[in-house]
Amino acid sequence: MTGLFSEVFLSALLFGAVTAAIPLLLAGLGEQMSEKAGVLNIGIEGMMLAGAYLGFVGAFYSGSLWLGFLTGAAGGVAVALVMALLCVRIGLNQIVIGIALTLGLEGLTALLHHFQFSRSYPRLPAADATVIPLLSDIPVIGPAFFKQHLIVYLAVALVFGMGYVYRRTQLGLNLQAAGDKPAALDVAGIDVVRTRTIAVLTTGALAGLGGAYLANVGAGLFIPFITNGAGFLGIVLAMLARGRPIWVLFGALLFGICLSLTTAMQVAGINIPTDIIQMLPFLAVMIMLVLFGRRASLPAALGIPYERGAR
Amino acid sequence: MSSLSSSSVAERDIVALEGVTKRFPGIVANDGIDLAIRPGEVHVLLGENGAGKSTLIGMLSGLQQPDEGRILVDGKPTPITSPRHALSLGIGTVFQHMMLVPTLTVAENLLLGGPWWQRPRIDELAARVAEITSTLGITVKLHAKVSELSLGEQQQVEILRAMVRNSRLLILDESTSMLTPKGIDELGALMRRLVEQGLAIVFITHKLKEAAAFGDRISVLKLGRKVGEIPPERFRALGEQEIISEIVELMFGKQKDDPEAVERPVRTVRADAAPLLQVADLAVAPTDNAPGLSSISFDIRPGEILGIAGIDGNGQKQLAEALAGQRAATGGSVRLDGVAIETLSVGERRQRGLRYLTDDRLGEGTVGTFPVSINFFLKQVGAAPFWRNGIEQRAEIDRRAAQLVRDYDVRTPSLKTPVARLSGGNIQKVLLARELAEGAKVVIFNKPTYGLDLANTLASRQRIRDTAARGLAVLLISTDLEELLSMCDRIAVIANGALVGTVGNADDARTKVGRLMIGLAA
Repeated sequence: MTGLFSEVFLSALLFGAVTAAIPLLLAGLGEQMSEKAGVLNIGIEGMMLAGAYLGFVGAFYSGSLWLGFLTGAAGGVAVALVMALLCVRIGLNQIVIGIALTLGLEGLTALLHHFQFSRSYPRLPAADATVIPLLSDIPVIGPAFFKQHLIVYLAVALVFGMGYVYRRTQLGLNLQAAGDKPAALDVAGIDVVRTRTIAVLTTGALAGLGGAYLANVGAGLFIPFITNGAGFLGIVLAMLARGRPIWVLFGALLFGICLSLTTAMQVAGINIPTDIIQMLPFLAVMIMLVLFGRRASLPAALGIPYERGAR
Repeated sequence: MSSLSSSSVAERDIVALEGVTKRFPGIVANDGIDLAIRPGEVHVLLGENGAGKSTLIGMLSGLQQPDEGRILVDGKPTPITSPRHALSLGIGTVFQHMMLVPTLTVAENLLLGGPWWQRPRIDELAARVAEITSTLGITVKLHAKVSELSLGEQQQVEILRAMVRNSRLLILDESTSMLTPKGIDELGALMRRLVEQGLAIVFITHKLKEAAAFGDRISVLKLGRKVGEIPPERFRALGEQEIISEIVELMFGKQKDDPEAVERPVRTVRADAAPLLQVADLAVAPTDNAPGLSSISFDIRPGEILGIAGIDGNGQKQLAEALAGQRAATGGSVRLDGVAIETLSVGERRQRGLRYLTDDRLGEGTVGTFPVSINFFLKQVGAAPFWRNGIEQRAEIDRRAAQLVRDYDVRTPSLKTPVARLSGGNIQKVLLARELAEGAKVVIFNKPTYGLDLANTLASRQRIRDTAARGLAVLLISTDLEELLSMCDRIAVIANGALVGTVGNADDARTKVGRLMIGLAA
């Protein structure tokens, strides 16, 4: 058993945890913004898949990871645009449309990938890490936290950026009002539909970016259904974080560790059936929900389309 | 000459309405309304529920657009296209339902609506608020969460918000309905200070006393039409009592050529007959969102219709539910045909002949997705002859249902049609058929014609009269005074969960009930 707690093992475990956490973090932050504004975005899994696929294609043909991130985010926004149109502007049921988008994108991305690459799975070259001097030399946590791709640091910075937006800016006020009492926002002279649309499109960009990271940096390739529920985990994170971006970060790290543990334990050759190991992350979700789910406070108007003058 | 004077008058109006009409499916909410709103005046809009006050406000605040007529701002025709537009024109509204975000602080709520790219300027706001509050004599806790404030405080925040935005016209929609008497007086004083500063105020209320106490000019709305106006000159010349009697006349006065006006047939209720329903000291505890009941007592004799009048939400539904057994009473007795029933369950009361026609026809009255036929027997599910050994007897149900459809003239495509697809009037007929079925002795009708069109309204009323004529005791709860006057033998008035008076339905009943409804002694 000593091998399990060796420095190499722990270091690899943590590195994997951070890599697994970043897509969850981005998805969670995106979902949080939609929910704050009153839109329950179940389509986020589909947005991540679109981002993963387009992100991979962009990076594969251009050879630039950054261009891949850009196309990935654009893919997420494209799906979000559909969601915003149907759910925010026309006011259709957010859950039904969300599920439809996710299922549709699962099929569409798999199909497109099959057309393009047949049954081959071309890989991208490994992503360059941005090494932070000194800090990266710390044993165990150094490589995990300070030897990552630049986008990882940006994602973490985004946590604080979002916190600032929510607490200190007019946009943050508008978003919260759109979710808690849209009628009050409307009579204050702010367009509720526009505010919610901004939120949903931002969600799309973040989810798409998360998907692109998952494919381009995390896996280095695209396979159908690559997100494997990451978007849904993002929804759980956003619900548990009670509007605070920092809690999304902590939650994403926790889930990241679980996901990484699955791989690490399989590699370490622990004598437990792999099926059980693979259940770990989902077990963690349930434990988290049991422990904290009851205190989760959701916006009052979450999931309810806004219609002016409706009583 | 006349054109000169009218143009100078028009210049004084901040906002004027000319022949404004607004229709909703089935009703005309506002019908050709003219209104002039001037600075330095509290203009009271007075009217009952459904008189069209809130629709008028919706159009002034940009939430709704008129179908006909025009709105003039500073004498120029101006369509008010959105709430933002209304605000930019200087029209600020304090809505009947609070329009503050409960999870944000007072300051954040006041800042809501600024340009999104800007950082909220709390310092600037605090200075501006201090300036306004000092002249108005109110204090506001800027950093308290709105959910922690009392309703009165929240309302002050809403008025303050309108002031921060440089409103020239402040609209207060039913602003006193949730305030304590002290809060109402404070609001009145605040309105006076605001108009002294040159603001125009539109104050909507259905309470006559407030109108007389706080107003400079009163417009009375009734069923979407403006039926009268008392200008300031006249207002000052009249004493409070004269104003009130004039308004009572305008509000409750009978209109000519009213199709609903039916001569009340003279029914003789035998005074010596034993009451079918005796209620004594009935009490119900108040809940968070409903008033309680206290010491409700009345008798109804066979063949008698007792009306319950009052402004909506004063305990009418609680009374009906307490009698039907759907709401726990905290005290008092209810006797049906001499037998105490206050401890019995809903089903047992029904079996003994107490029937309740709810006003919530689709919610608790019927199961919308069930067919018409089953809805007739919803309260007999499992009972013979419609069910035997737990098995539905389709033939028996359909046979009886077809009979009821004919008897009660229910217009339905088939017996199998889900009841929710029927019109309100036909759903009401299903309910009537069910509740008036054999064994009924006492029937409680809660707003039986609410939301029905004229034909169905008249049919329902006739059905209720027939019920009484059969010798049943009828309790008729309604917010429509005309309806009560046209049907009842006696009318009791409910206010804040207590009966404040009962009047026999004689010639002066209209005035007496009207006065009781607005909180004056009959």
